[in-house]
This record gives sequence, structure tokens and C-alpha cells, in this order.
Amino acid sequence: MAYTDDEILAGLAEIINEETGLETDAVQLDKTFTDDLDIDSLSMMTIAVTAEEKFGVKIPDEEVKNLVTVNDAVTYIKNAQS
Amino acid sequence: MSARSVVVTGMGATTPLGGTVASTWEALLAGQSGIHTLTHDWVTKYELPVRFGAELAVPAAEVLKKVETKRMDPSAQYAMVASRQAWQDAGAPEVEPERLVVAIGTGIGGFTTTLNAWDTLREKGPRRVYPLSVPMLMPSSPAGNVSIELGARGGARTPVSACASGAEAMALGMDLIQSGRADVVVAGGTEAAIHPLTFAGFSAMQALSTRNDDPATASRPYDTSRDGFVMGEGAAIVVLESEEHAKARGATIYAELAGAGISSDAHNIVAPEPEGAGASRAMTLALEQAGMSTTDISHINAHATSTPVGDVAESNAIRAAFGSDADGIPVSATKSQTGHLLGAAGAVEALLTIMAIRDRIAPAVRHITDFDPAVTIDVVRGEHRTLPEGPIAAMDNSFGFGGANVALIFRSVA
Repeated sequence: MAYTDDEILAGLAEIINEETGLETDAVQLDKTFTDDLDIDSLSMMTIAVTAEEKFGVKIPDEEVKNLVTVNDAVTYIKNAQS
Repeated sequence: MSARSVVVTGMGATTPLGGTVASTWEALLAGQSGIHTLTHDWVTKYELPVRFGAELAVPAAEVLKKVETKRMDPSAQYAMVASRQAWQDAGAPEVEPERLVVAIGTGIGGFTTTLNAWDTLREKGPRRVYPLSVPMLMPSSPAGNVSIELGARGGARTPVSACASGAEAMALGMDLIQSGRADVVVAGGTEAAIHPLTFAGFSAMQALSTRNDDPATASRPYDTSRDGFVMGEGAAIVVLESEEHAKARGATIYAELAGAGISSDAHNIVAPEPEGAGASRAMTLALEQAGMSTTDISHINAHATSTPVGDVAESNAIRAAFGSDADGIPVSATKSQTGHLLGAAGAVEALLTIMAIRDRIAPAVRHITDFDPAVTIDVVRGEHRTLPEGPIAAMDNSFGFGGANVALIFRSVA
């Protein structure tokens, strides 16, 4: 069973909220992790590893730095599901 | 040469008796005990011989943001709670960031984080180890986090001397201000070691009371039936400030930190030197630094952990340092109600010493039914004792494994 874009976005927002305290509403597709959401590289790793578990996908460490916007992450996770 | 006077302008605490300094002091005077049967599943799971302890009266999670509890070990969380209180209490002083230091001691550090990370590694592999594990587990994490919170750029220091750590942090703060290297130091101790491993370790050395059927009275310093200390947790922080700096901004001054004495036994890694030679030297050094004689001390808050050996050794040490002058000095042992907060103990007791000076009350030592005749000092039994009017001074003793001894002297201010 694959997750929809909306489900992935909502799941990511929850993970980000848990890790950084950021409100889930603030996590939108066009936001960048570093500049808009102020998420540092350590938190980004935690978010990626937690997302792996939640969505049953693999996000290699070297891919994490390519995920600039929330949309990048949603797209990556969606494609990795298949 | 006149050294710069060091004064206390803010206090904060989270302890087994209360979530603040005021509530802790109130509960202490009311005779309450912060010691309870533990309800964690690990108590029965590991069949621990000791099933009680002194947990925080107000859990840190009720005070901090959720993300703060995730990104800080409990030892840093407690320090943050107490530091914020102390800083607000001091009126959030305007101070040059480079002249503001944070000094927070801990006996054990962030070892809950260490052990959780080790479990994660074994169960789920290295990639799942939380990236903040190392900065959370390091003993300097409380000082580092508080320095960031307050913008303190003069240093984030972490004295580590087992159960004397919190007191040593205050001694360090005093040094830094007296020597002119800082104007304000946020100083104290923190500990969060209520964990099956510490219970197992301290039990293995028979250091803990095993009075499982009556936890509330298990900590009974100076009673013949005392059988070990009771593990506690928490943090206590003071804002130390040069008198000049405090007066210039019109700060409320609680007391002066007038002297600090530090020594080491060089005797045994655990046991105190039985005659208390090292401990008495720390007391004498503190008196010398304060420019006081033994007759100037009106009250002592003893280390008194309720162990058979330690309480008598300290009594001997006080006798050695004060001679016959110890006869008139009321000695309190507040661990009878707080339990032993390890690296935070000296800091909590420093605050209680300051409160004793402020309210002129030497708190009664609880749970003594059969006073140990080997104890030769004037222990406050039964009712609280009233301290004299006018200028007074009081001593706070703290000792730690490794033979660490720290004595602090606080003086009333007019």
C-alpha cells in the first residue's frame, strides 16, 4: 500500500514537529528545510531516518543533502515506495 | 588587598520536595519527605534490592517544551529549569556576554542518553543512533545548553567531583568573580541518575538504604539505624555576582558567598578518611578565605547522607575544625527529606543554607528516633532551631567519592 502525497506531507510534518518543535502547519511543499524551516543537518538526519521507518523506504545518507525543499522529500519518498 | 565580594542575587531549583526554591523550602520546613516507592517497571523487572528514591516533585516535561526534552538529557533539562528560574529571580541582569560564565557540575552526566543510545545501536544498528546522542550525554551538556540560553560567552564550565560537584561549581564561580575574570556566574549542580544501573551499582557497594517498607523515613542521618543514602535527582542554581555589579543595578541580594574551601582526602576512592582530616581542612580553608573564626558560624548544613560511616566521619571533621565551638552550632541534614541528589546535592543544600540565613531557621533533622552517641555535634532534633538576629554566617558541607571535600560559607547581608 503506497502513501499518497498528502499522507507523506502530513507524516513528514509530524516527524519535523517531534524533532524541532515546529508547528505542523509550517511544513509546506515549497519550504526549504535549511532556510525556511531552520532545520540543521543533524536534525535533518534524524528526520530522514525516522521517515525511513515510518514510510518503509530507504533514504541513503548521500541523498539527504539533495533534499532541499519539503517537496523534494515528498517526491523522493513517493518514488522510493515503488 | 581587598578581594571583590561575591553575592547571590538569584536562586532556582527543581527538587524532590518542590519545583521551585520556595516550594522546596516550604515543604522542608513542613516536614514533608520527597522520597517514595518507585513505580517504574524496571524496579520489578530487574528485582532491584532498593525500590524507592526521590524523584522530582514537578517533572521537567511539565515545564519544558517537548522538543527541549527530546534534545536534552534529563541532567541538562533539570539544569535548564533551575537556571531559567534563577536568572529570572535575579532580574535577568544586563551583563557583558564575555563577563558572564555558566558553571554547572554533575556527578554522573548524561548517562541515561548513553545507555539508550547503546540499546539503539544493539537493537537497530548504528544509523538509528540519535545524532544528538554525544552532545546530550557529555557532562558539559548542562553548562553548554544554559550558556546558549543566556548568551554567556565567558565560559561554560563543568566541575566534576562526584557528590561535591554542585558545591565545587559555586566555589569556581566565586574564584572567577573574585579574580576579576567574570562579573556574573550562573553556578550550581544537576543530576538525573534514577536508573536501574545506578541502583544496581550503588546497591552492589551497599551504599543505599534498603528500607523498602518505609521509604519516607529511610533517610535518617545520625540515627543508629541509618543504613545508607536514598538516591535523589534534581538541580539547583544560583546567580553569583560581584557585589559592585549587583549594587550598580540595584539587585536584591540574598547573601554573600564569603568563603569556599576545597581539599581531597587522598585516602580511599569511596570511604571518607575516618577522622575527617580532609573534610575539616576544607572547612578551615573556607573560614580562612572568609576571614572568619569558628565562632562566626551560626549554622551548618551537613553533607550527612545517612550512611553509617559518613555521618560519623563528618561529625569528627566538624569537631576537628571547630573544636569546642561546635557545641553551640545547630547542624541540619536536609537529605533526611530530599534524599541524596549526588552532583546536585551541594547546590541544593547551598540554597537551603541561604534560606536558613534569610528566615533565621535551622531545619530539624527528620526521622531520628535513636540518636547515634558516636555523633558529637549539635544536631537539630525535634523542633526547628531559631538562628540569631543580626549578621550571621552559615556553612554548607559537600563531600564526594574520590575523596572530594568542599565547604562553602554564606553570610547574611544587611
